[in-house]
Amino acid sequence: MATTENLDDAVDASVDTAVEPADDTADAIVEAPDDTANAVVETPDDHGHDDHGHDEHGHHHVPGMPNYGVNPGTGMSNAKLMMWLFLGSECLLFGALISTYLLYKERLPEGNIGPGDVFDIPFTSVSSFILLLSSLTMVLGLSAIQRNDIHRFRVWILTTAALGAIFIAGQIYEFTVFYREGVGYTSSIWSSAFYSLTGFHGVHVSLGIIMLLSVFVMNWQGKLNKEHAETVEIVGLYWHFVDVVWILIFTVIYLFPQ
Amino acid sequence: MDTAAMDTATTVDMAHDAHADGHDHPSDWEYIKIALWLAFFTLIEVGTYFESVHNLPEWSLYAILTFLMIVKFIMVGWFFMHLKYDSKNYTRTFVFGLLLAIAVYLIMLLASSLFG
Repeated sequence: MATTENLDDAVDASVDTAVEPADDTADAIVEAPDDTANAVVETPDDHGHDDHGHDEHGHHHVPGMPNYGVNPGTGMSNAKLMMWLFLGSECLLFGALISTYLLYKERLPEGNIGPGDVFDIPFTSVSSFILLLSSLTMVLGLSAIQRNDIHRFRVWILTTAALGAIFIAGQIYEFTVFYREGVGYTSSIWSSAFYSLTGFHGVHVSLGIIMLLSVFVMNWQGKLNKEHAETVEIVGLYWHFVDVVWILIFTVIYLFPQ
Repeated sequence: MDTAAMDTATTVDMAHDAHADGHDHPSDWEYIKIALWLAFFTLIEVGTYFESVHNLPEWSLYAILTFLMIVKFIMVGWFFMHLKYDSKNYTRTFVFGLLLAIAVYLIMLLASSLFG
């Protein structure tokens, strides 16, 4: 009898997933939870309903881990959608910082040092390549955990964090050089705008490194595996966003003719 | 297993197959090729810094750099952030924020150049 109830629940979940109207109906079907199939064949004693580690759509739920699931109404992962919303709002933050820099970059007091005097393009280019490379290692890490290749996943995630740390070290070095050349945070309005923009980006990279290391530690502790690849994907979205913001900063702030 | 359960299993299997097909992500080698293209575009961008290229008119430098920046931005979003393979609603969500930011700050820059 208990088995029949479990099957009925699985029927409801499947019907919800397949029938609920959504903008992208195909996606609603496409993103049906993999684990629903398991819910059909597993006995309620081992994996029952909510109380036993599955949500109503058959997702595994590890205690202490966020319980991600595909919303049957939208066919999308709520957690991933939230990350995209957050990244959309981040566009406004970085848009404000970039446009403030553009507004003030030519407002230099007489005889003050300007961007063209201090920028070291070859050095910043190397930093840019490093951050670009970290995007590749990030996506390779995600690909590895989706294949359940734990060893490669750990290597790529640690490599990504290390490349991010090298980028931050380069930024600290650059700031130090600028400061020694007389460009402090309050030296001029452009230097304030420059340090605010690149500093905010650096903070984002630093937070990304913490997220990557957290993912690594969770995997090391056995709390994160192939079934939680979406967690890695969400961290990856953040990391790639930090990379695309640097693509904009590098071009607009450093490479555009001064 | 009764008929309803078998139907359910079939539906779930179909959904599972569709899931796999709909998320046919590139192989590692394809990711590497995309990264090589990104590196190539970055090399061209850096090349514009050197004096020989500075003989070009300023507007053409702006045009080349802006074009390459947009191409790189789209490539990272499309392939590395999986917008190509995921639900289009993710793309819409992000692009809405992006376009809003571009519109707001273009208006701000325009206003400050007119009245600043």
